Amino acid sequence: MMPQEVSEIRMLIARHKRWDVVFGILGLVCLALGLMTFVTLFVDMLLDGYNRLTPEFFTSFPSRRSGQAGILSAWIGTTLVMLVTAVVAVPLGVAAGIYLEEYAPSNWVTHIIEINISNLAGVPSIVYGLLALGLFVYEFGLGQSIATAGLTLALLILPVVIVATREAIRAIPGAIREAAYALGATKWQVVQGHILPYSTGGILTGVIIGMARAIGETAPIITVGALTFIAFLPPSPVGSEFPFLSFEWLMSPFTVMPIQIFNWTSRPDPAFQANAAAAGFILVFMTLAMNGLAIWLRLRIRRNIKW
Amino acid sequence: MVSQKLKLTVLACALGITAAGGALAQANVVKIDGSSTVYPITEAVAEEFQKSEKNAIKVTVGISGTGGGFKKFCRGEIDISDASRPILKKEMEACTAAGIKYFELPVAFDALTVVINPKNSFIKQMTVAELKKLWEPTAQGKVMRWNQVNPAWPDQPVKLFGAGADSGTFDYFTEAIVGKSKSSRGDYTASEDDNVLVQGVTQDVNAIGYFGFAYYAENTGKLRSVPVVNPRGQAVAPSMENVINGSYEPLSRPIFIYVNEKSYLRPEVQKFVAYYMKHGAKMSREVKYVPLPEKAYTGNLDHLKKGKLGTVFGGVAEVGITIDELLTREAKL
Repeated sequence: MMPQEVSEIRMLIARHKRWDVVFGILGLVCLALGLMTFVTLFVDMLLDGYNRLTPEFFTSFPSRRSGQAGILSAWIGTTLVMLVTAVVAVPLGVAAGIYLEEYAPSNWVTHIIEINISNLAGVPSIVYGLLALGLFVYEFGLGQSIATAGLTLALLILPVVIVATREAIRAIPGAIREAAYALGATKWQVVQGHILPYSTGGILTGVIIGMARAIGETAPIITVGALTFIAFLPPSPVGSEFPFLSFEWLMSPFTVMPIQIFNWTSRPDPAFQANAAAAGFILVFMTLAMNGLAIWLRLRIRRNIKW
Repeated sequence: MVSQKLKLTVLACALGITAAGGALAQANVVKIDGSSTVYPITEAVAEEFQKSEKNAIKVTVGISGTGGGFKKFCRGEIDISDASRPILKKEMEACTAAGIKYFELPVAFDALTVVINPKNSFIKQMTVAELKKLWEPTAQGKVMRWNQVNPAWPDQPVKLFGAGADSGTFDYFTEAIVGKSKSSRGDYTASEDDNVLVQGVTQDVNAIGYFGFAYYAENTGKLRSVPVVNPRGQAVAPSMENVINGSYEPLSRPIFIYVNEKSYLRPEVQKFVAYYMKHGAKMSREVKYVPLPEKAYTGNLDHLKKGKLGTVFGGVAEVGITIDELLTREAKL
């Protein structure tokens, strides 16, 4: 080999390594920008609302006096609405995703459905609110209730859950499916024994992205008629008399955290801004807690997968 | 999967069962919705009322705007509608069509306040004509500088901030200034959230905006109110006294609650309305509104007792009504 060529190759390698470093730094800057935005927001809310983060803040109803106002009805409302959303959206979304990936014939009808589901994810949330107002509130007579809000948000995140489910299923190596079929398993057996367990991690990620979007939604919830002042709680789901479980809370009027925050930011009295910041902090914390739960679930499930 | 199927079935059953139970559960709830302007008073009353009733009666208050509130009211979905202007003809027709009759109860006065940046040195007062020149629909895209409104003012750009089109504040301001309800230029920063308007005017020397008095009262350090020339030629600044003595015209306005006649048959609604009339004055003052004289509230109670239904405004959005005129008119119902 000629010495000149060797030096040329060395230069080439050096150049590529430089690019490597440049891209590494670029990526780091991008990450830092994203993180800094979040941290600034988070710290700012914490500083503004720190004084309001007392136990009473969680156990008090809204009030015209900023010092006495709390988020009791809001955080309970948000929790219950998210519960309904998850119970409805997860089974529906996962089942639809599995059908599209495993059962649906590959023809133009399926393609149209697929394209439309992806497009649905981009529909403004207020449109879902209007749909829900006509359909759930009036047509089904569910009224302005927790059930209506939960169903509305479920519709909103359904496309996200479906798309995530499909992506998770696609990530499973084809060999596993083929091996199962080769042993004579039916489609349902393959789905139940392999597809679902292996894709749960990816599905959970999708569910979390969806739920995180839903928990911060204000527009569709206002449209279906969430209230601003509500100083009582929905009926308890657990009763002392037979049958011990009550679903009356589903039909109860409610408010949610984003609406409470919105209301406080629009108050004339500036003291309410601290309440809004504190409530915003709690809302972010609730989202984080939800994410934490999903990560924990995912880790537990991954442990059992052996490929 | 099996457990998920089960959950779905349970949910479906639950929805079915509770749909029937829902009507029952709401029997003890007083439902209120409507104007964001009236909201602070109603919220204060609701809060105290629930405490005094030891939470045996539940009250919910929503904010859908005056127009949105009347829509729900005339569909019979709520018991009481908060309104920052009298009921309009269209809304009266909707209510009549649905067989809904109502009591009209004025609860307080508000002073719509025109505000400018405190650093603004040239505006000492404004006439209704000047405000009209600035806000009428034909001004859109044309009247963009202060000297176009008044030649004595500097050649500086105008930045406008005002109420969103769904609010009673917007309806009233346009009626009082432009002369026709809902008739306004569209090229301004509109928001239902008055704090957005406060922020906007605070940050721009050339800004002008309008909103309810309470927002000005909480931000007197950051904003300056503009005295508006009344029909008698005096420039009057918005204040509690000037609303009470009737000199702040035409931007002072009565605000109301409308009570569904059928709802009023229910004892919990009766109790709530009685409580509202008894403590309305105190609560209004607390949240920076102008309370009505005592006889206005007793007059309201008298109307309720004698079953005097309907409105004294005939579906027309009138402007410049003073407290005295309002009382005279309500007394004739």
